[in-house]
Amino acid sequence: MTPDALPDAEAALRALVERMRGAVAYDAALVGIYSGGAWIAERLAAELPGEHKVGYIDVAYYRDDYEISGLKSNVRRTSLSFDVSGATIVLVDDVLFTGRSVRAAINELFDFGRPERIELAVLVDRGGRELPIEATYCGVRLAVARELSVVVSRDPGGTLSLAVEPASGAA
Amino acid sequence: MSTRNPQLNRNGELTHLLTLEGLPPAIITHILDTAEPFVSIAEREVKKVPLLRGKAMFNLFFENSTRTRTTFEIAAKRLSADVINLNIGASSTAKGETLLDTVDNLCAMNADLFVVRHSQSGAPHLIASHLTTTGREHVHVVNVGDGRHAHPTQGLLDLYTIRHYKQDFRALTVAVVGDILHSRVARSLIQGLTTMGVPEVRVVGPRTLLPTAVESLGVRVMNDMREGLRGVDVVVMLRLQNERMKGALLPSAGEYFKHYGLTSEKLALAKPDAIVMHPGPMNRGVEIDSPVADGARSVILPQVTFGIAVRMAVLSIVSAA
Repeated sequence: MTPDALPDAEAALRALVERMRGAVAYDAALVGIYSGGAWIAERLAAELPGEHKVGYIDVAYYRDDYEISGLKSNVRRTSLSFDVSGATIVLVDDVLFTGRSVRAAINELFDFGRPERIELAVLVDRGGRELPIEATYCGVRLAVARELSVVVSRDPGGTLSLAVEPASGAA
Repeated sequence: MSTRNPQLNRNGELTHLLTLEGLPPAIITHILDTAEPFVSIAEREVKKVPLLRGKAMFNLFFENSTRTRTTFEIAAKRLSADVINLNIGASSTAKGETLLDTVDNLCAMNADLFVVRHSQSGAPHLIASHLTTTGREHVHVVNVGDGRHAHPTQGLLDLYTIRHYKQDFRALTVAVVGDILHSRVARSLIQGLTTMGVPEVRVVGPRTLLPTAVESLGVRVMNDMREGLRGVDVVVMLRLQNERMKGALLPSAGEYFKHYGLTSEKLALAKPDAIVMHPGPMNRGVEIDSPVADGARSVILPQVTFGIAVRMAVLSIVSAA
């Protein structure tokens, strides 16, 4: 795929907001998976109606590729400023690919308590699942070759953008 | 025999932690950075992450230490590793088995990590090179005190504590006070501080408790405690190691306290925001006065909390190498 064929990330975010509006619980907590998912969770909390607490999760300790890749150096603190037990939680990630990060995030959430319900919102679904995991809400779907990675970045003004790059390591 | 640092593997990753001597500053920084998010795991409902699930860590303590063994046990359990504590005094070694035979037997039980304390300097190093020469690069060694040589995880948790309260190593004056001669804690800490660029490290103590060539570690030697504490940012008090004392190096504990015990009055000579550290266990009324140990500038208990996170960092870094 050439760069100019890529959809606009801000348009994808608007599409995601529209799909979630009216569908997501008014008090659902939005938990972003670092780092891209954290940006998107913050944007969703600002743009969706309702009272949405925002949490952050770094799945580094729950990944299944520690044996292969080791521990990345800039692990962030998982921070959930609400009681997970009984909560409705929307996990938020930038790109859904193999589903392994989402598996890790769900496992981590259960170490904080027993949520009432967990949903999944992603900006981009690029296919290529290796686990039976699907997004509840999705901004845009893309077909991208396995050896490429889809990268979401945020400029200093907060605007999101999409790029496709040669994969550097684990998905 | 290769000349590369025996603590690093072919890719330059930390595979054993034996000493802070010669460890690149980038690796020390990586350990401290890795420890930071581990601190918060203790606040979770489930105080555990699955990083080292299925790994077997053996605590090999040829010398007693309840505290260090316990903190490693907690660190390993918070990472979901299985912990096996060997009571060496009452086991095979007492029956005449050699150190390396013990290690071979435990490897045959599929050990992944050895946490080793030994009264002989170099014992953990010997185990590490034995593992390398016998092709067991997937088994890792962490030295938690060998003779008078090194205690690198204590040095690292001291560095973590200093960085937590003082941020920039390159602007600090640190005084290490007391029984430097018998202290592997002091040696590892001094190596860590100089590696991280602390411009002035002072060692303060009576001549009989300072090693002969201590200046070669890059420190300022001071015999007068009041002089030594003037204007410092960090005071590290060392335990007076009664059980290590052979012969009369000191007149009495009371005399020692008078000259080298940390009191509020002596601490007043340090900077107003100076922190007070102690590796524990403390001898109150010998090297430190209770009002200081329990005072507002004491960070002795945070050291213990940070120590678990630093040990989690070390275990998870070497296990991945």
